[in-house]
Amino acid sequence: MAATQEEIVAGLAEIVNEIAGIPVEDVQLDKSFTDDLDVDSLSMVEVVVAAEERFDVKIPDDDVKNLKTVGDATEYILKHQG
Amino acid sequence: MSPTNRTVVVTGIGATTPLGGDAASTWEGLVAGRSGVGPLEQEWAAEQAVRIAAQAAVEPGEVIPRPQARRLDRSAQFALIAAKEAWADAGFTGPAGEDGNVEPERLGAVIASGIGGVTTLLDQYDVLKEKGVRRVSPHTVPMLMPNGPAANVGLAVGARAGVHTPVSACASGAEAIGYAIEMIRTGRADVVVAGGTEAAVHPLPIAAFGNMMAMSKNNDDPQGASRPYDTARDGFVLGEGAGVLVLESAEHAAQRGARVYAEAVGQGISADGHDIVQPEPEGRGISQALRHLLDNTDLDPAEIVHVNAHATSTPAGDIAELKALRSVFGDDTDHIAVSATKSMTGHLLGGAGGVESVATVLALYHRIAPPTINVENLDPEAEANADVVRDEARKLPVEGRIAALNDSFGFGGHNVVLAFRTV
Repeated sequence: MAATQEEIVAGLAEIVNEIAGIPVEDVQLDKSFTDDLDVDSLSMVEVVVAAEERFDVKIPDDDVKNLKTVGDATEYILKHQG
Repeated sequence: MSPTNRTVVVTGIGATTPLGGDAASTWEGLVAGRSGVGPLEQEWAAEQAVRIAAQAAVEPGEVIPRPQARRLDRSAQFALIAAKEAWADAGFTGPAGEDGNVEPERLGAVIASGIGGVTTLLDQYDVLKEKGVRRVSPHTVPMLMPNGPAANVGLAVGARAGVHTPVSACASGAEAIGYAIEMIRTGRADVVVAGGTEAAVHPLPIAAFGNMMAMSKNNDDPQGASRPYDTARDGFVLGEGAGVLVLESAEHAAQRGARVYAEAVGQGISADGHDIVQPEPEGRGISQALRHLLDNTDLDPAEIVHVNAHATSTPAGDIAELKALRSVFGDDTDHIAVSATKSMTGHLLGGAGGVESVATVLALYHRIAPPTINVENLDPEAEANADVVRDEARKLPVEGRIAALNDSFGFGGHNVVLAFRTV
């Protein structure tokens, strides 16, 4: 069953917490991965791979650069999840 | 003094070792004659011929926050912990530039390791095989590269005068400190954070060293397994951890009123040119390094009262080193208290020169030589060539200027001797 927007944000929050140590409540739709959440380019790859696994979605490298905020990633996953 | 021959001093020390999570607890363990060796209880150890090691007393993951730790190889974690301790111990309160006492362009970092991020490399290969290409960590390359610990320490303290990683197997840590001394002596930097680190407690290195017949298989008595100079020694015990010094030009240290532990007098270097792994049995290469040290510094053999020996507990290597000391220093060898601290810490490979330099500097500072433990029957060839400190720590002369050496030798025939002296 496809995840809801709320479930995706919660899942991304857990992933970002694990990778960058940011408290889950700070991971909100308008937050930028690099500017607000301490996720640099290498760690972004980790976030993407973890999200792919969790939400059964493929995120090609070319699309990763467009995922600037948690909202961008959530929208992408909502649209592409299997 | 000319800018190309400046005096170098030690102003900070840090360590995380099998004896303790900092320099103070490590030193306390050394003086008390405590062994840091224990059984390997990991599941993979059951099928190994060698099932003992000197593992870090404090897990680095308990010190470094998890988000940072997960992108650092264990060897870089150890290096960072020891470097931060040394940096604070030297009286710096923040990275270069922010602190105000040293400019980034005048600060260097030289941290060595013998093997580099070997556990990262092997663990990620397991991930590749078991979970596929996509799951290999994007942090793998900066974690496995041997210069990773130096680079991470350089970033932490803000070093821009140069960040370096000499690699010479078990001489690497000492070579790093020697390189740092030269950076300061020749005027390229005022302060350098330098030392060695190693984290190789993993089934592959242990199987490989074990199959070389280089490691002790005394699994029944872990604490008695590392026994340099004892007739029953049967190889080294693998250790892990890091030791780091803050080295500084004497002038710079005086200007900022830093506490000085000792002078870093200089180094002697040579290569055996004998065999890829076997030590030259008469210690000719080591003798050449000792002569190089005397030729290139104002060190007087009459001042030398202590040697922290390389002595890994292998049958051939331990004696070759003592023969070399006797051949170069002659009767002066009689007043040199020789300690093999690997009897307690195990052999930290590329970390050894760092940790043993910390021990050597503290031996001078406290004027006390740590013991060599587990010597039940002293090898007659050791007895004939040197005065080995056995069983208990020994006081060094309480007055006058005294000097001490730290020897480190590596597979490949690398010989590095570092000299320190009271100020």
